[in-house]
Amino acid sequence: MSTNFRLRRQITVAVARKDLLIEWNSRILVNQVAPFAAIVMVMFAFALDNDGILQQVAPGLVWLATLFSMLVVIQRTFAVESADGALDALRVAGVDPGALFVGKALALMVQLFALETLLVATAVVLYGVEMSIAGLGMAFVTVIVATIGLSFVGTLYGGLAAGARGRETLLPLLLLPVVAPVLIGATRATEAAFGSGGASISEGWPWIGLLAVFAVLFGVVGAVAFGPLIDE
Amino acid sequence: MTSRKSTGTSATRWLGVVVLLMLTLLALCGLVFSAEDVVQGSTVRLMYIHVPSIWVAYIAFVITALCSATYLSSKSRSLVWDRVAGASGEIGVIFVALSLVTGSLWGRITWGTYWVWDARLTSTAFLFITYIGYLAVRRLGGTHRQRARRSGVLALLAVIEIPLVHFSVKMWRSLHQDASVANTNAKVELDGLMLFSLFLGVVSFTLLYAWLVLHRQRVLFLEDAVADRGLDAAILSRRDEAQV
Repeated sequence: MSTNFRLRRQITVAVARKDLLIEWNSRILVNQVAPFAAIVMVMFAFALDNDGILQQVAPGLVWLATLFSMLVVIQRTFAVESADGALDALRVAGVDPGALFVGKALALMVQLFALETLLVATAVVLYGVEMSIAGLGMAFVTVIVATIGLSFVGTLYGGLAAGARGRETLLPLLLLPVVAPVLIGATRATEAAFGSGGASISEGWPWIGLLAVFAVLFGVVGAVAFGPLIDE
Repeated sequence: MTSRKSTGTSATRWLGVVVLLMLTLLALCGLVFSAEDVVQGSTVRLMYIHVPSIWVAYIAFVITALCSATYLSSKSRSLVWDRVAGASGEIGVIFVALSLVTGSLWGRITWGTYWVWDARLTSTAFLFITYIGYLAVRRLGGTHRQRARRSGVLALLAVIEIPLVHFSVKMWRSLHQDASVANTNAKVELDGLMLFSLFLGVVSFTLLYAWLVLHRQRVLFLEDAVADRGLDAAILSRRDEAQV
């Protein structure tokens, strides 16, 4: 069984590395998605006229922008697979679907983490958010735990909505309801980190707990359900 | 199936008659015989549709999940389970929509607003959207088995995500206790004919659900059969072309 585990770990690392290399070479995240996320933040400022309001709702806006950008990144990550039938080839080759799932989720995690760091920094700059050191720590933990959950669930539903004609448009409809707990939890925890509306740091911890439950749940479920979903 | 003109059998006809009678009785009890509420007046009559609707929706989605699990875990993978799951899902969506609409109307009159962001309503709206997604996945195309597997896995995922969302929403709302007009946890005191009407509603709507699912899954069988025949006919005509 230990060779089995080692093999799976190799697959996971190989898949994650492949995805990140593709991203690094194409720079889609840096050139297209990050500017899109930044534009979304700017548009929020246009829509929500008043300065005071922006500061109050900054946490929610950061995570909304994250979710919208994430849809683009997930579609990209699976478009890469469906071109030339790469995903089918991996399955036919007998690659363990659980390891494939975790590998893709890991790559997605790295990309999302970079994106969210950018968005939090944008919020600090554009929306006049002020964070203490403790707040920064809480924001960091929130981003990590939320990203893990988002990556697992995004990879799972991305596999369902991957590639074929008429299916990409399904991803937002399927994914956004499922990530509602992450939106709720991450926003409330970020509120605690930013101190919005007088929230204290300690109020954030229950929400981080919720995010952790979400991440674990969808990590396990995703590894099991990913195989049947991509077996076409 | 023989060349019948409808998907009815003697069983569903009997069931249909019973359902019609019970619904008529429900309408009479709900609209005419039962009294108005002391506080809510006549708007309480909406409850005789609202509560049974959401009850049926829950049953429908549980059946969808059970049938999906049966399909995925069985060796024979009989498509009957998939069709019942699909039919049940469709009817569940209709009844959730019905309950949201009747609840909205009731809320407009009682609370003065069509919607409040409390835990129960938000979770119900979420339930609605999730199963709309389920229906969309069923229409993605491909073979019957692909459809069955995709929607089966999705239905089982919904079993996990819906309680999780409900819990998160409750956690969210419990920390944001605004002084709201709408007290959705208020227990309505029911007795006598009102309580009987409510139970009658629940039973008659459940039977209505059964009747609808029976017919709908037969129609789904016919749709699948038509699609298969169309495919066979196309293959035959291509073969004929080749032989000439």
